[in-house]
Amino acid sequence: MDVKEQSLLHPWKDEIFSLFKSSGIRQVAYVPDAGHAQVIRQIHADSEMRGIPVTTEEEGVAAVCGAWLGGDKAALLMQSSGVGNCVNMFSVINNCRFPFFTLVTMRGEWAEFNQWQTPMGRATQEAFEMMGINVLRADRPESVADVVGAGLDAAFLGGDAVAVLLSQSLIGRKKWDVK
Amino acid sequence: MNIVRKQQGTIDRREFVKNLIEACPDALVITGLGSPSYDVFAAGDRDQNFYLWGAMGGAAAMALGLAIAQPNKSVLVITGDGEQLMGMGSLASIGAQKPKNLTIVTLDNGHYAETGMQMSHTSLGTDLSAVALACNLDWALTITDPSDLNKIALHVNQRNSCGLANVLIQAHEYPKALPPRDGVYIKNRFRNALGFEPF
Repeated sequence: MDVKEQSLLHPWKDEIFSLFKSSGIRQVAYVPDAGHAQVIRQIHADSEMRGIPVTTEEEGVAAVCGAWLGGDKAALLMQSSGVGNCVNMFSVINNCRFPFFTLVTMRGEWAEFNQWQTPMGRATQEAFEMMGINVLRADRPESVADVVGAGLDAAFLGGDAVAVLLSQSLIGRKKWDVK
Repeated sequence: MNIVRKQQGTIDRREFVKNLIEACPDALVITGLGSPSYDVFAAGDRDQNFYLWGAMGGAAAMALGLAIAQPNKSVLVITGDGEQLMGMGSLASIGAQKPKNLTIVTLDNGHYAETGMQMSHTSLGTDLSAVALACNLDWALTITDPSDLNKIALHVNQRNSCGLANVLIQAHEYPKALPPRDGVYIKNRFRNALGFEPF
């Protein structure tokens, strides 16, 4: 599926990219997820943005804080399973009061075929909240831009630490071609 | 366990770090928690130092974001073998980006000094310089002679490559020299030195 075809299916993904652009996001660290694939492609295609694949999500937490030290706004994209990998690294955000914005595609909460995704999916919001990160959630396509925009403003105008969860129902069922 | 080398470093960490920072006066420095933070602070506090007191494994990744944001400044990580071992994946992420202005110095005594000198994996078979090269960094050095500090400083100041210098230091514990622990303060101070205002 090419970018254009996916754009037709999920206009809210274009809205996320546009909001990153208009908020002045310069660096985007990520561990890939199918739900982020379109945004990741757009980031790599944009000459003013730097896509930074990281091997584990906690690296991304440190990298976006480093970006802010150097004056760049940065965001982190990950899947819900990656949130557990970040917990201790979130201390940096808390201790230094770094502005922080992460976009998380959810697994393990809606028509999940692979129950190995469920424990961390169920604990995702709590894991953020126990480390002092404010959680917003987008459940419907028409609410994504509003919620992501609110999160970006809270982070980069207000200095808050914000995670926006993108519901699994929003992203759609993963197709399992069981033979 | 596969004990490869219990201790072979002879370099004095405090003296080496002091001379290194003197040779790279304009570098933005991020320190790994524990002794490297103490060494850098003992060399003289600077606004351009960002001391980590936690976030183990995060120093190099933090430096990556900083190096990309500040391509015209030299970024220098000074950390320990244990801290870098916990963030070994970040070397792969750095090798994927190859910022021209990033140097990582690992002060390798093969031990966790902060917790009672238990052996680290660099005593048990891991070679951090070899890891760095395998992760596609431009260069890696294993430093056994303090006078090779100039090779590191040249890379830092030239800003035309990213690399890692593994410095084999004595497993000697100095009295702790404690940098500020207030993260908000060191963040705002660091950003202010680059001309950025707080919120």
